[in-house]
Amino acid sequence: MADYKYTPADFKSDQMVKWCPGCGDHAILNAVQRAMPEVADALDVPHNRFTFVSGIGCSSRFIYYMKTFGFHTIHGRASAVATGIKVANPDLCVWVCTGDGDSLAIGGNHFIHAIRRNIDLNVILFNNEIYGLTKGQYSPTTKLGKITKTSPYGTVEKPFNPGELVIGAKGTFFARTIDMEVALTKDCLVAAAKHKGMAVVEALVNCVIFNDKTHADFAGDRATRAERTITLRHGEKMLFGAGNNKGLVFENMRLKVVTIGEDGYTIDDVLTHDAHTKDTTLHSMLAAMKYPDYPVAVGVIRDVADDNVYDVKVAEQVEQVKATSKIRCVDDLLRSGETWTI
Amino acid sequence: MNNLNTKELKDVVIRFSGDSGDGMQLTGTLFSNTSALVGNGISTFPDYPAEIRAPQGTVAGVSGFQVHFGSGKVTNPGDYCDVLVAMNPAALKANRKWLKPDATIIIDGDSITEEHIRKAGYATLDPIAELGLENYNVIIPDITSMTRAAMADMGLDNKTVVKCKNMFALGICFYMYNRSEEYAKRYLDAKFARKNPAVAEANKRAIDAGYNYAANTHQFANTYKVAPAHLEKGTYRSINGNVATAWGFCAAAEKAGLPLFCGSYPITPATVILEELAKRKDLGVKTVQAEDEIAGICTAIGAAYAGNFAVTTTSGPGLSLKSEAIGLAVMGELPLVIVDVQRGGPSTGLPTKTEQSDLMQALYGRNGECPVVVIAASSPSDCFHYAFMAGKIALEHMTPVILLTDGFIANGSEPWRIPAMEEYPAIIPPIVDKAPEEGEFMPYKRDEKMVRGWAFPGKKGLEHRIGGLEKDHLKGSISYDPANHQEMVLTRAAKVARVADELPAPVVDGAADADLLVVGWGGTRGHLQTAVDDLKAEGKSIAHLHLNYIYPLPKGIRGLLEGHKRIVVCELNEGQMASYLRQNFREFEFEQYNKCEGQPFTVAELKEKFVSLL
Repeated sequence: MADYKYTPADFKSDQMVKWCPGCGDHAILNAVQRAMPEVADALDVPHNRFTFVSGIGCSSRFIYYMKTFGFHTIHGRASAVATGIKVANPDLCVWVCTGDGDSLAIGGNHFIHAIRRNIDLNVILFNNEIYGLTKGQYSPTTKLGKITKTSPYGTVEKPFNPGELVIGAKGTFFARTIDMEVALTKDCLVAAAKHKGMAVVEALVNCVIFNDKTHADFAGDRATRAERTITLRHGEKMLFGAGNNKGLVFENMRLKVVTIGEDGYTIDDVLTHDAHTKDTTLHSMLAAMKYPDYPVAVGVIRDVADDNVYDVKVAEQVEQVKATSKIRCVDDLLRSGETWTI
Repeated sequence: MNNLNTKELKDVVIRFSGDSGDGMQLTGTLFSNTSALVGNGISTFPDYPAEIRAPQGTVAGVSGFQVHFGSGKVTNPGDYCDVLVAMNPAALKANRKWLKPDATIIIDGDSITEEHIRKAGYATLDPIAELGLENYNVIIPDITSMTRAAMADMGLDNKTVVKCKNMFALGICFYMYNRSEEYAKRYLDAKFARKNPAVAEANKRAIDAGYNYAANTHQFANTYKVAPAHLEKGTYRSINGNVATAWGFCAAAEKAGLPLFCGSYPITPATVILEELAKRKDLGVKTVQAEDEIAGICTAIGAAYAGNFAVTTTSGPGLSLKSEAIGLAVMGELPLVIVDVQRGGPSTGLPTKTEQSDLMQALYGRNGECPVVVIAASSPSDCFHYAFMAGKIALEHMTPVILLTDGFIANGSEPWRIPAMEEYPAIIPPIVDKAPEEGEFMPYKRDEKMVRGWAFPGKKGLEHRIGGLEKDHLKGSISYDPANHQEMVLTRAAKVARVADELPAPVVDGAADADLLVVGWGGTRGHLQTAVDDLKAEGKSIAHLHLNYIYPLPKGIRGLLEGHKRIVVCELNEGQMASYLRQNFREFEFEQYNKCEGQPFTVAELKEKFVSLL
């Protein structure tokens, strides 16, 4: 075990945090700094092995505020750089901080391939449905029809739902949280860290300047969140609402919201969340739920054990070949195969 | 081997050509390796189309492999061939221009059909007359039917039988040049015997059949002998440029005591470097075949940040895609080698053909003031040396290095005297292991060579942040301070410029006051050297300066440029090095000799040009 118990202060750098007042990123930073001591404990990782990597955008400034190793890279490429870091040194606990533009537009390719490889990275995807740092252009998650600086008459392109994308690409871990739910965010981050393989935590964050209240319909305040979101926990009934009076049932190949005690529905009809099942069907449906038809799902939606972890497999193969090869150094290599002496 | 009419020759060029699926690359490789084992000097040049199986029988689908072997050091694969092996009329047509006036042509008689002639686009039904080959030594054995006859009792399907006809042609060449079949047979056994012994047997029979045919027919009245070359003593092997590059990186990683990481994406003609490194797990090499060129370099940058010796490999279009990320490595001051195996451009250009037209891109193709070291290798085997040196410079100076090779030297092969690793210098990267006793670690603090310390994740007490935003000159945190930016721009430039302090002094091959100085760089060395040597032997006042270290230039070039009546810069582009030299040495007049045909220079055209300048 680690010889020292860390506190959030051990993860706070001396840099002034420069996000706008009221920006949702502040709350995520707070949750991350609270989660890391717990992660260090749970995984027995010392402070010097935490490495934060980011791309470009407001959220990518994150790494400067963490007193860990940090690499602020270029637009869209954080998961590619992080892949190199993790393969080079699988002992590191690697975190990627990225936004909806960074990871789903310019970096979309790297994002899906990191998921496909199931490399052991922890990705925090800050989704504010807008380009903030470039001052208010629509992103791949902006709602259809939204008026922004580059869509003065409303967007005509449909958004991605990051959860559906991750699960569609057979991602092994997906969780969703809301900026104001610091405790939930912390729980999702710790679960992501414990997951062996690629873990994506989507953080729904508010951009107070360019896309204020974009998540407010369901996430605006505590009472609204209770009615319009559902927190999923593995092994527990899918209940929500004041007093947990509502639940999700599966009927006619669809999810349906019911009230316990009404229309003949009892607690036994309500689904129990199985985050560990390999099958993506229900996870995808849960991730796709949108207010007002459904509550928005938060918490760990999918957490599937899969041994095929890329960085582990790369290292294993190297060890296997090393164990049997006759070539042990460059001198051996140069003299291997056909040679002749003059 | 006891033919009475054996003539001794100094050197010979054979060009094997046929459809892309005819196995000409293998045939050529087996002949060249056999000759290398005898001790000849060798240089080879594969010349093949980008398509894997272009339409059969067409000129577009012709694949060629040229072998130049001799009793002295052979520095280039030869301009024109003494023997052309053509497996069909299209191959004959495509290679007509490469024949020496007294060349021997061996063409498969079975292929001279109306259909093949038409497909190859001849105007008449007589390819020999149409190409004006009546006075050449044209031999037309029915290669396909004789191959078929040789294995008639084996019960093989027609496709397998026909596939062996290249070995029949190889057998003919073995007879003509008194070569043993032993190596080729051993190779075929190793390749096929376990999986498909009948195929190994069939191929070996085809070699014998070709050999015996040549021995029995009167068409090969003479056979030839090329004596072993008087090469430096040592143990030799045959190596091509891409494998040599891969091995050079392995050597640098070993000397630095660091794991080697290659993040890359397949692209012709660079892919073999990634393929070779993927095999080298025995030496602990980790390779990531990334999702695209950008991810290739970005994974390498990540690995460099994490403390590996990281490389990425590509060709021109991939270098374009990697530009932004190279800037990140410059800003982060991370060690990284980017290999660009140049090919014909722009855009997709000529993927399988050679060119030197990425020089300006390597030097300047990035946003901002973004200096990187640029090195060029100049022969298949010296790719090892320059890959090693690229690694040494990158790791010791904490800078990206672009290593330029080209399709010609990457695919070409030559015998190489195997070096011992103890002959190579140590590589000592500026790794920081301990946190400072007082105060915090300053990631951008520099040593006397202006190199910053390399403290990678995992090292206790050295946690720090870096990135693509301008850095504070000591702390590495974001800085928008105008004076700091000015200082950092100058510092990054000075750091790279200081690499020149450690570069070997360039030398001129020839008299310091020769009338004509020929300047070249990179993969044209062999052709330029032969042309200059030939003219020197004829008493001409000519000398040769060849550049491998391009940015920064080694010290002392100015002195070497002085004292000549004329200077001509020869390169396979439209004058990129000439422009660069004009920018650096304004007092000289640089004339140019350029070529953009996707082919190497020929010695003949170089000599003609040089004579006209003298």
